[in-house]
Amino acid sequence: MENKDIYDDISSIKTIMERSAKFISLSGLSGVLAGIYALIGSFIAYKIIPIYIFPQLFAYYATGKEMTLGMSYDTDFNYITVLIVIAIVVLLLSISTGILFSIRKAKHKGQKVWNESSRALLKNGLLPLLAGGCFVVILLMQHYYGIIAPACLIFYGLGLAAASKYTYGDVKWLGLSEIILGLICMLLPLYGLLFWALGFGVLHILYGAIMYYKYDRGNRAA
Amino acid sequence: MGIGLHNFDKAFENRIRLQIMSVLVANESYDFNSLKDLLAVTDGNLASHLKALEKEEYISVSKSFLGRKPNTRYKASEKGIAAFKKHLEALEDLIKQQKR
Repeated sequence: MENKDIYDDISSIKTIMERSAKFISLSGLSGVLAGIYALIGSFIAYKIIPIYIFPQLFAYYATGKEMTLGMSYDTDFNYITVLIVIAIVVLLLSISTGILFSIRKAKHKGQKVWNESSRALLKNGLLPLLAGGCFVVILLMQHYYGIIAPACLIFYGLGLAAASKYTYGDVKWLGLSEIILGLICMLLPLYGLLFWALGFGVLHILYGAIMYYKYDRGNRAA
Repeated sequence: MGIGLHNFDKAFENRIRLQIMSVLVANESYDFNSLKDLLAVTDGNLASHLKALEKEEYISVSKSFLGRKPNTRYKASEKGIAAFKKHLEALEDLIKQQKR
């Protein structure tokens, strides 16, 4: 056994173990873009919905439906519909950007996007996300609008934390940050939109940029 | 540097076999095609190395069908994991000796 052979053996063990168990085609840049979509979405929501509506919409959480005080079911229905449409557009844009950038990065590295590690990533992340999705739909049906923003943040954070074992470790910290932000948001239901913008906008940009500089910049495969 | 050498596992002398074992130790199980993509080797090459590891009882094989496609999954056995660890320790010993 030559000296060089030993070091080659060890480094090949290390890279193969990492590559086999972790999905490393996740792109930091797509995280930044997802964050920008979320910020734009929040800003549009903030502009469309008159500021005085927020306490009326979200105060349900504190006091129940009786709080509507003069606001008709139609108004609350319309504004909530606007918020849902914006959220869904942001979600779809973010997911497609994420997939597109991952395909690009995988191609650049000569790897497949749909492999053991991406399957494991989805399998583990999807359960908290699906549970959270159902939970949020039920909240909508029951008009508990005030807890929707924190519920989104907390379940998204749980999904990230669960999936993080199969990709970069930074994703775990993003997940934990989302959960903490969600819990704080729970205490301040009137600021749901602000926390939503912080969690899905600012945090994505922050962690996306960190991941971009850490993993992508060197090999030009954003 | 005679001491560490006898701990070296002949089965892991080949780089591909060492890599296969690394994948199976890091993951619960792995299928043939994913291994092939990951290690960038040909079908025949991979199959012969897998056979060799199977013969040593370092890995176990399970065959099933996904729809109509055959799906062969490999798993590291306890014996295989122990052998892999021993091999790593031998590598470590060698490095330590050379640093001295």
